[in-house]
Amino acid sequence: MALLSFERKYRVPGGTLIGGNLFDFWVGPFYVGFFGVTTFFFAALGTMLIFYGAAMGPTWNPWLISINPPSVSSGLAAAPLLHGGLWQIITFCALSSFISWALREVEICRKLGIGLHVPIAFGVAIFAYATLTVIRPILMGAWGYSFPYGIFSHLDWVSNTGYTYGNFHYNPVHMLAVSFFFTTTFALSLHGGLILSAANPGKGKVMKTPDHEDTFFRDLIGYSVGTLGIHRLGLLLALNAGFWSAICIMISGTIWFDQWVDWWNWWLHLPIFANVHGGING
Amino acid sequence: MAEYLNIFTQFQVAAAPEMGLIEDVEVGNRTTTATYSKLAGWFGNAQLGPIYLGTFGVVSLACGAVWFMIIGGWFWHLAGYNPAVFVRDLFWMALEPPSAEWGLRIPPMDQGGLFLVAGFFFLISLWSWWIRTYLRAEALGMGKHVSWAFAAALWLVMVLGLIRPVLMGHWSEAVPYGIFPHLDWTNLFSLTYGNLFYNPFHALSIAFLYGSALLFAMHGATILSVTRLGGDRELEQIIDRGTASERAALFWRWTMGFNATMEGIHRWAWWFAVLVPICGGIGILLTGTVVDNWYVWAQDHGYAPLNP
Repeated sequence: MALLSFERKYRVPGGTLIGGNLFDFWVGPFYVGFFGVTTFFFAALGTMLIFYGAAMGPTWNPWLISINPPSVSSGLAAAPLLHGGLWQIITFCALSSFISWALREVEICRKLGIGLHVPIAFGVAIFAYATLTVIRPILMGAWGYSFPYGIFSHLDWVSNTGYTYGNFHYNPVHMLAVSFFFTTTFALSLHGGLILSAANPGKGKVMKTPDHEDTFFRDLIGYSVGTLGIHRLGLLLALNAGFWSAICIMISGTIWFDQWVDWWNWWLHLPIFANVHGGING
Repeated sequence: MAEYLNIFTQFQVAAAPEMGLIEDVEVGNRTTTATYSKLAGWFGNAQLGPIYLGTFGVVSLACGAVWFMIIGGWFWHLAGYNPAVFVRDLFWMALEPPSAEWGLRIPPMDQGGLFLVAGFFFLISLWSWWIRTYLRAEALGMGKHVSWAFAAALWLVMVLGLIRPVLMGHWSEAVPYGIFPHLDWTNLFSLTYGNLFYNPFHALSIAFLYGSALLFAMHGATILSVTRLGGDRELEQIIDRGTASERAALFWRWTMGFNATMEGIHRWAWWFAVLVPICGGIGILLTGTVVDNWYVWAQDHGYAPLNP
């Protein structure tokens, strides 16, 4: 049993959502709970089906194994196992295990008496996955619009889907999502760097304080968001990255069907300057 | 479920502003006033300022301003100095690098020379700011982790605008300045070199990019969930672990069988973030110099199908 030195006093019963104390125990470091059982069940079943699909497929090269969704022509129907049916069951297993995992996190939060921020944040990631595999395919009328489960095959899907709408970089919501991803990473490097630089000032020096952190950032850019604010900022940026990524693909093929570069024509057609000559679009 | 999740600060207290620690800072370079923003205070610290000016800060801002004004001035030129055209075409406009026939020579201003001048000021501005990050940390007796992380970002910038164009022998390889044109450049770069998704360093860079968002969501959410217990006071928690750190650690231990420490999570964060531009820069640098077609390269190395 891998108990941390302070762990025993935290291992108390209670906080479960379902099942009372039936599954209220740990296996090694892992908390189980009712949703631990369902997580394990769906994850194991899904993984085994992926291996089964790989065994039925043309290759064991791990880069190339791919479990493909049904063809677009079969719409939203249930497909034969080797023609997308496996993909459908694996998707169901994945979503079930992700949601189980989130609910297990809720139980752990309740047990520890802490806020529900992590499971709520994970919910945004689940939403993004569900957008790609369920919501958008249903809106478009075929499971075939979702992506295949494979390392490079899913990259091919991203590439092909992107070019279906021309240069996908012109999707304004994609712009927003990418900007959030870059900003999140930028902020993460600053936060990680700041904490480490205060905690590790160099050999022979005394560790620094939050006042040093504030002073460093005020000296540098005139503002320090503070020890609490940076975690709000980081969470907000990261969740926006995931959320707008989901939105940018959800609107492609459901409410926008053309090249994304043409979406910007509304701007050029604004009457205030539509008929002015010169420049690039005159 | 009526639980306070500490998403914003409900109650703002105001006192005299904190003018900053002295340590080895030349206080004469620091401004002497600070104001408060109620809006900022809902989210983080309300205090705005003071700021440290100083040689490298001033040089950086001045050169950055020149870079910005050169590009903006060129855009005005492209617009025929018509404000309506300027606003309408702003996202379409570009200050393009010299065309390929100029190689690494310096062409006339209107054929890419201006791009090189702008790039020169960009370079000075960025590296001056890098020196500033180093000196500000040094003056406060802190580590240089922020500087080295910034250096990782500069590596990618240098590869895109300087190192790779020099290795390729053409300034034309550099990224144009402009909103849509730099997106066109990115798109064309991938098409020219056979689908950048098959560039393993691009794949690593993206994985670290998504990983950074994942880590910041996990870390931000974890800390916010234990702020009731003082978990946001990370430096104190690093040296004197309290129940906030213990619960944060146990949350992840019970969830996924592993936990970072209060200090270690910031090492994970730093590495994930810096590896985005480090891997990305390597991937860009190899493209066109060492590898001409990433798809063919992937076929040769067994990770793209031979008969797609």
